[in-house]
Formats: sequence, structure tokens, C-alpha cells
Amino acid sequence: MSANFYYGIEVFLNGMMAGVLYSLVALGFVLIFKASGIFNYAQGVMALFAALTLVGFQNGQIPFSHLINAVFGTNIHHFGWHMPAILAIIFTLMVMILFAYLVEKYVLKHLVNQEPIILFMATIGLAYFMEGFGDLMWGADIKKLDVGIPQGGNVWLEENTAFLGGPDFYGFYLDNLDMWATVCAGLLVVSLVLFSQYTKTGRALRAVADDHQAALSVGISLRAIWVIVWSIAGFVALVAGIMWGSKSGVQFSLSLIELKALPVLMLGGFTSIPGAIVGGLIIGVGEKMFEFLIGVPFLGGATENWFAYMLALLFLVFRPQGLFGEKIIERV
Amino acid sequence: MLYREAGDFKTTYAKDQQTFPIAFDRWGYFLTIAFAVLVVPFILNDYWTNAVILPFLIYVIAALGLNILIGYCGQVSLGSGGFMAVGAYASYKLMTAFPELNIVFVILLSGGITALVGMLFGLPSLRIKGFYLAVATLAAQFFLVWLFNRVPWFYNNSASGQISAPERSLFGFAVTGANAHPATSYLFCLGFVFVMAWAARNMTRGANGRKWMAIRDMDIAAEIIGVDPLKAKLTAFGVSSFYIGISGALLFAVYLGAAEVGEAFGIEKSFLILFMVIIGGLGSIFGSFAGAAFMILMPVLLKNIMVGQMGWPTDLASHFQFVIVGGLIVIFLIVEPHGLAQLWRLAKEKLRLWPFPH
Amino acid sequence: MKLTKLAAAAIAATIAAGPVLADLVFPSLDYRTGPYAANGIPFADGYADYFALINARDGGIGGVAAKVVACETGYNTEKGVECYESTKGMGALVYQPLSTGITYQLIPKATADGIPVHSMGYGRTSAANGKVFRNIFNYPANYWNGASIAINHILAQEGGDIKGKSVALVYHNSAYGKEPIRTLEELSKKHGYKLTLLAVDHPGQEQKSQWLQIRREKPDYVLMWGWGVMNQVAIQEAANTKFPMDHFIGIWWSGSENDVLPAGDKANGYKALNMHNVGSDYPLYADLKKHVYDAGNAAGAGDQSGTVLYNRGMYAAMLAVEAAKTAQEIHGTADITPAMMRDGMEALVIDEAKMTALGMPNFGPSFSVSCENHGGPGLGAVQQWDAAAKKWSLITDFGPSDMEVIGALIAEDSAAFAAEFNITEGCN
Repeated sequence: MSANFYYGIEVFLNGMMAGVLYSLVALGFVLIFKASGIFNYAQGVMALFAALTLVGFQNGQIPFSHLINAVFGTNIHHFGWHMPAILAIIFTLMVMILFAYLVEKYVLKHLVNQEPIILFMATIGLAYFMEGFGDLMWGADIKKLDVGIPQGGNVWLEENTAFLGGPDFYGFYLDNLDMWATVCAGLLVVSLVLFSQYTKTGRALRAVADDHQAALSVGISLRAIWVIVWSIAGFVALVAGIMWGSKSGVQFSLSLIELKALPVLMLGGFTSIPGAIVGGLIIGVGEKMFEFLIGVPFLGGATENWFAYMLALLFLVFRPQGLFGEKIIERV
Repeated sequence: MLYREAGDFKTTYAKDQQTFPIAFDRWGYFLTIAFAVLVVPFILNDYWTNAVILPFLIYVIAALGLNILIGYCGQVSLGSGGFMAVGAYASYKLMTAFPELNIVFVILLSGGITALVGMLFGLPSLRIKGFYLAVATLAAQFFLVWLFNRVPWFYNNSASGQISAPERSLFGFAVTGANAHPATSYLFCLGFVFVMAWAARNMTRGANGRKWMAIRDMDIAAEIIGVDPLKAKLTAFGVSSFYIGISGALLFAVYLGAAEVGEAFGIEKSFLILFMVIIGGLGSIFGSFAGAAFMILMPVLLKNIMVGQMGWPTDLASHFQFVIVGGLIVIFLIVEPHGLAQLWRLAKEKLRLWPFPH
Repeated sequence: MKLTKLAAAAIAATIAAGPVLADLVFPSLDYRTGPYAANGIPFADGYADYFALINARDGGIGGVAAKVVACETGYNTEKGVECYESTKGMGALVYQPLSTGITYQLIPKATADGIPVHSMGYGRTSAANGKVFRNIFNYPANYWNGASIAINHILAQEGGDIKGKSVALVYHNSAYGKEPIRTLEELSKKHGYKLTLLAVDHPGQEQKSQWLQIRREKPDYVLMWGWGVMNQVAIQEAANTKFPMDHFIGIWWSGSENDVLPAGDKANGYKALNMHNVGSDYPLYADLKKHVYDAGNAAGAGDQSGTVLYNRGMYAAMLAVEAAKTAQEIHGTADITPAMMRDGMEALVIDEAKMTALGMPNFGPSFSVSCENHGGPGLGAVQQWDAAAKKWSLITDFGPSDMEVIGALIAEDSAAFAAEFNITEGCN
């Protein structure tokens, strides 16, 4: 076997890992869409906001310090303590739950029964709001995020596979962070599935996802469910924020990762949790393999962004509801 | 008192069906146009034209186009930025390849080219619906941006891939380029806006518009009563892209003067136009104007108040600007999900009865 | 329509209240928000602080106070236009657009309005030909110089012969990132190295494909034209794939503290180009502390002092102030106009004695500007990151670039521009 073949496999594996990272973002979309029919554009900004908050807690930053300094002429920046990662994560989670509660109370409650595009638009407004708010609260500089996840190529794997493809092959390269992300995503999906299958709240969630009115009529509080769903989406956003933020530092561009998640959603279907994972894998592998086999040799590279969408588009032409989406039955 | 129809009798069908059946409305409309043509050009300065009015007029055209697609035909598209890029690059290629060609034809031809591209990317709409379609149109957005960046032919092999609009004139007045007088570029764009809005209004009232609306309301039902979804959807995509292409061409040639595809026609542009359409009101010509005004003027207004009047640091001001614009969008949707156009309609209803509401 | 009127009222009020001052106005088209905020903030702070120092210590430029008018562009071209239009009426002397896109737009506009533009290390490279671009300046160095300086550095490291070596360019897939390609291609013909191009699409959060390719092909050197999040991810990925960091050279916009800090210790040894010196070990900083920081007048949050981009903002401000002084000398008046400012920029001479007098010894290269050459000598240095000490330091002197190759490219590109816009080359 030639080295190139093994490199192909390496690209394939890395594509899968990248796909899992996309799925992490897509999962949040799916949860909210399933439970409330809202296409939550703010998911990416939620990831940014969660990561910002996490770093802020870790470093003991004073929220709104820039604003306070500008208004009162003070010069404050930090509380002066350094919080352990796990504690900071817990605090951040609380903030995300509070956020979910506020969103439900001040936005969603007033928009029940509106058309999907209006709800979509409202989440865009929310995204704008949070972008500005996050910057005001924590500042716009790049922050280093470190919660103790190892980064860098896995040396063991590299050394033990180097013999495979001859002298031109340096062994498989897989990033430790990506592997951690895969484990996290796996755990997340399993626990979400268990949660929705075996707990009372989970059953209520599914009931709401099936039919709002029927769920209401058997006494499920729609509003409570929404708060729960947005909290879980906030948690997923936090996980995505940690994984992506560890790579690039926490900064504004983190909110753009959702553009990577949209083709995953299309492909997997807006309503399916396994779909988000499988869709992520297909998109990740598809775009990386296309870049490796066709993009770089023939098209000059940087094809990943549009190819992901084209791939999803192609799938949709044959299955308009996505891979795992519920079949759309239309009645006149 | 002011706004009433009592005594306003219609004696012919044509009069009954006119766009502004109420005399007061009609006069208001004529006055606005007279004001825009006869007064505004003389009071314009550089800042007003280049920072506020030109982008407003140009985005109105884009919003009209997208409104035809989303508001009238019900097909959500996020590819507007890419289609604007098609218009811009088409106009650049036409301007540089045929220096003698009149600028009006350049712009119209660019629109035509965009219409063809739009119809091509509209094909999936026959299978894909709703948000799936919205995300699918992003494929057009990303692919077109990549293409214009990738193929040097589109930017005449210039070193950096920037395109710059050469100077072209109409009736001896420079319209594009740095030497164009603000009033000329203003009138040039205004002319386009007027014709395009007039055409949009009449198209949406006619057979085509009704077909689009039938598709929007329920495409299967529409098919049963004899509307050909292929034709209706593709014409909607074509007409909409024509508008968006023209606005892209104007944006590049008249307003910006130089552009780079990723920066000027990125995904943010698609969203910006979508905001205008939804904030303004889906399925309303007036809404496109109101939405564009809101999204263009609001940030400028906020900036001028916060930085200019209150002397805040620019970064705080622009963070607040995000918070305020985002908050306003949410509040607007809560108060009136059907957009500014609906508020306008309600106000008119109230005015008709005022001051005797009962 | 109500909104329009409100806007009208507000803007009219702003313009009416706009100052009829004798101040020298220096607009700062900065960006403290948006995806590139982290890079925009230090530059803007440095720019503003230097002017604050000039006002507080020297009582302005030639006795006239300098006024910095900040305008937030968010790196967005349309906001850039708005900023330009709103500030040009105030008597703006020189624009620093701080974005290649905005620069391209301002080139025709500012030329028509007779206001000079200084795009320091970005913008349209062929603007170095002052015979075509009369109002546009890009001294002391441009991207093509940068490409050549990077290759020169590689040549120096390899003992002068890089025939058969391979160099990969990782670039932001935009106008900015594509700038060096033609120069690198020309230079590869001359020096015989193999050039590989790797485009990264905006924003550049996901670069696995590119770095796997680099790992496979093992180029001897990697150059980077990156911006924003792309820099941090690229440096992180380079460290992860164990690419030797001292063979990884970024352009000056890929060499700030922001870019290397997220990668931690693994970024040690990463190199970047620079057109000025780094650090805060200058007499000027004592003055800054005394007159600006301690007086509570520091711009922004005041925490950027001494960073690479802060120094660059300060350097840009210094060059602007010196040009204004030159203009005052030439025209014999303290109250200069944009046209006079242009003359001052064209006659600008920066030498070691001047920089020492300003408290910035050896801060930048010595150079002079002329009508034929708006781009300066194209000198640049290489800086290296020390992760343990968390600081950059210059490891070379300000070295020359291959003007033979670049000059030809500049002539070609500016001639194309002149033909397209009907400009006759000339010096008056």
C-alpha cells in the first residue's frame, strides 16, 4: 500500500473528527427545533457567550468592567482570583440556565404560535443582542481558554502506525483535542437519549416535540419545557464553545462556527439527534476527502465551505426532509 | 379628518383598481416623488448621499427582490449576498469589456445575468422547502463567493482580486467613479428604485403575483388549481435575482466603487437583506422601503447620537448598537410580527376613522 | 418615514455642532468590534495615545493641537465609507483606513477629494508608485516587500542557496491573502524554490486539511498571510503537527501577541515580519506614562501598552506627526490643509537622529519618501516569539527586499491602474 492511501485514511479519520465538532454545534439546533419548532440562529452566539463567561469566571474578570470604567472613571479589571475549571463550568451552566429562563420569559412567551420565519428572525435579533452584550460584559479581546484538555497530535498513535506506509508515511495524525471532543459528543448523545427515553421530563420533552397542543392538554407545562430545552442547548453550546475555543482562543469568530453546523443540520434533518451526529460525520468526511482528492489537486483549494453545502443540497434533492428527518406529509 | 375616502367616488374600474385608491394617499405619493426628484438633489451633500441615501436606495431594490421571493412566493433564500456578487462582477466585466456600452444597459444586463444564475440555484426549490431550502441557498452563497475569488478572469487578473469601477457617465454626467456628483448618483439610483418598485407593485398585483401567492399559501393546492409550480417558483427566483443583481451592480459601481467578493458580498449581506424584508413586512412593497430604512438608518442614527452627541467611546457605542438593534428587532417582532408595513397599515386604519373612532 | 426625519435631525445636529476648529484633525478609522477587534484595539489605542502625548507634552504639532476623531468601522467597507464621509468635512489631514478593502475604496475617493491616504503595510501595493497614486502612500513597506524579506530571511538561514527547497504559503483566501503570490512566484523563478499555495477560507477556524497537507509534504518553510482567528488556529495547528516553529514565518499582521498567546508554550520560536521595533524599552514610554497614562488619558482600556500592534499604531501616528511637521516647514504655516499634508508626506525623511530625538531610537528603519516612491525603501525585520518570556524580539536588522523584482511588478500593476482610470503619470 502506498503512503498516499494511508494519508487518505488519515484525512478520512480527521474528517470524522471535524464532523463530530460540527455535530456538537448542530446538536443544540436540533434540541431547540425539536421541542419548539424554532430555528435558533443564536446557537453559535450562545457558544461564544458561554465560552466568554467560562473564561471570565476562570480568570476572575469583572463583568462590564470596561463600561464601568468608562462611566465612573475607575480602573478595575479583575477580582484577583483564579477559579478552577470545574467550578467555572458549573457557574457558567447556571448563567446559561438563567439565560434560558430570561429568553423564555421575555421573548418566546410572547411569540407563541407565530410563523417559523418570525421565530427565526427573533433568534437573529437575540443573536445580535448577545453579541453586543457579550462584548460589553467581557470585552472584545482574544482570551485563552484552557480547561485542561490535552492538545496536539497523539504521539502514541503516530509512532505505532508509522510502519504502515513505507518511508514516506509518518504515521496517523489525530489531534488529542478532537478525540476528547468525540468522546464528549458520544457521552452527550448517549446521555441525551437516555434522558429523553427514561426520565419523566424526557418523556414530556418528547411529547412536546410530537404535538404542542396534545402535550398541553395532558398537563405538560410548555414554558417549563422550553426553559429546560434552552438550558440543555446552552449546555451543549458550552461544550462546543470549550472545544472550539481551546483551538482558537475565545473571540468573536467563535460565533461563526454555526455556519459549519448548518449543512450538518440539513443533511441530518432538523429533528433528529442521531441525524446531527451522522450528518456531521458525512459532512466532515465529505468535505475533507473532497478537498484532499479534488479540491487541492484540481480546484485550487479552499473548497470546504461550499462543498459541505453542496453535498447537503445534493442529499436533500433526493431526501427533502434530510437523512433522519421526519417524513413531511402535506395535506391540502 | 385628514385621511378619508368619503366623497371620493370611483366611476371606472381602472380608477377603482389603482394602486392608491384614496386621494390623500395618492397626493402623498406624488408629493413624495416630487420632493425626491425636485428638492432632494439640491440639498444633498456628500455625507448624506454616500453614507445614507445611496445605500438606502440600493438596498431597497435588493429588499424588493427578496420580498418577491420570500414575501410573495414563500421561498426563503439566504443566497442574496452571492446573487449581489453576480450582479457586481457581471457589471464589472461588462464595463471593462465594452467601455462604450451605456451604463444603464450594463446594470440591466447584470440583472439579467443574475436572473439566470438565480433560476439555476432556484431549481432545488422544487424539491426542498422551508428552512431546508433556506440553508440550501447558502450553497449558492458560498459557492459563488468562492468562484469569484478563485477564477482570475472575473477580476481581470488583477494582483489582489479587488475590482474597481471605472468612470462611466450618462448624458454627460459622471455616474460612477469618484468624480460623480452626489446628485447625479442619487438621481441615477432613484430612477432605478422608482422603476423597479413600480414594476414590482404591478407584477405582484397581476397574474404572476397571484400565482406566486398561491404557491406561498399552499403549493399543493395551487398546483391542483392549475398553477405550474415549476414556472411560478422559477419566475419568482428569476425576477427576485434580477432585482438583487441590479442592486449588487449599483452597490459596486455607484456606491462602493471598489469591492472584494468575500468582504462586500459575504453571508452577512444575505442576512442583512433578510432582516430588511422581515422587519419591513413580508409581502409588502412599502415594507421593503421601511425595512431598508430601518436597517440602514438605525445604526447611523444610533452612532451619531451615541458618539456624536453624547461623546461615548466608539467601541462602547458600537457594542450598544448591537444590543439596541438586536433588542429592537425582538421588540418589533413581539409587538408586530408582520413588520413595519403592518404598523403603517394599522396607523392608516386609525387615521381613516380619526377623530371619530366609533 | 418618521425614522428618516429623526435621522435627519440627528445628523443635521451633529454636522451643525461639528467643530469649526483650527485643530489638526487626524481621523482614526479603527475597529474595536467585530471579528478583528482584538487586532484593531491595540492599534487604535497606540494611535490615539501618541497624539495625546503630542498634545500634552509638546502642546500639539507646531503649536496647533492635534485632534483624533475616532470612527468605528468594524472592518466593514460600508461603514468605512460612512466614516470617511462623516470625517472628511472636519478637515481630515490623512486617512489610515486600516483595512485593505476600505483602502481600495478610498483610493479614487480620496484622490478626488485631495486628501492623502496612508496605508502602512497593507492596501494596494502598487500605490508605491507615486506618479500614478498621487495621494496614496504606503511607506515604509508593503506586502510585496514583505514576501521578499521573508524569502531573504530564508536565504540567510539556508546560507544563500534555496534551490530545490520548498516553501508553502498559507493565506487568507481574500484580496489581502493573495497579495504576495505573484511576488513569491517571481522570486521562485529567480531562486529556484518550489512554491505551494494553501488557501484558507474566511474565517479560518478549521484548517485541518491544510495542515495535514503540510505534514504530508513537509515543506521546508511555511509563510503565512493570515488575519483574525486564522492566525491563532494556524499557529496552534502548526504546533500540533510539530512543524518546526522557527521555519514558520508570518507577515506583520500575523505577528501580534494575540496570535501566539492562545497556543501557549508551543508557539515558542514562531517568527513574523515587522516594519518597526517591538517592546516598550524606549524613552518615549516614560513620557507616555508621565503625560498620558498617569493623567488617566490612555485610550481604550489602557492595557495594550507595549504590544506589537500598539507600537504599530504609535509608529503610524509618529509618521503622521512627522509628516505634518514637514508640511508645516515646507509651507511655513502651522495650520496645514490636506494638500499641504500630502506634500509633507511626500517630503518625509525619517532618520536615526530624528527617531532618537523623539525618544524612539532604532524604532524603525531610516527612510525617505519621494514622488516617484511613495512606498519607502521596503525595509523589514524578522521578529521571534519567546513563549517563556511572553515577548517578541527582533532577530534581524531592518533588511532590504528585492526591489528589482518588486519594482517591475509595481510598475506593471500601477500602469494597468493608470490605463483603466486614464491617469497620466507624472510628478506635478
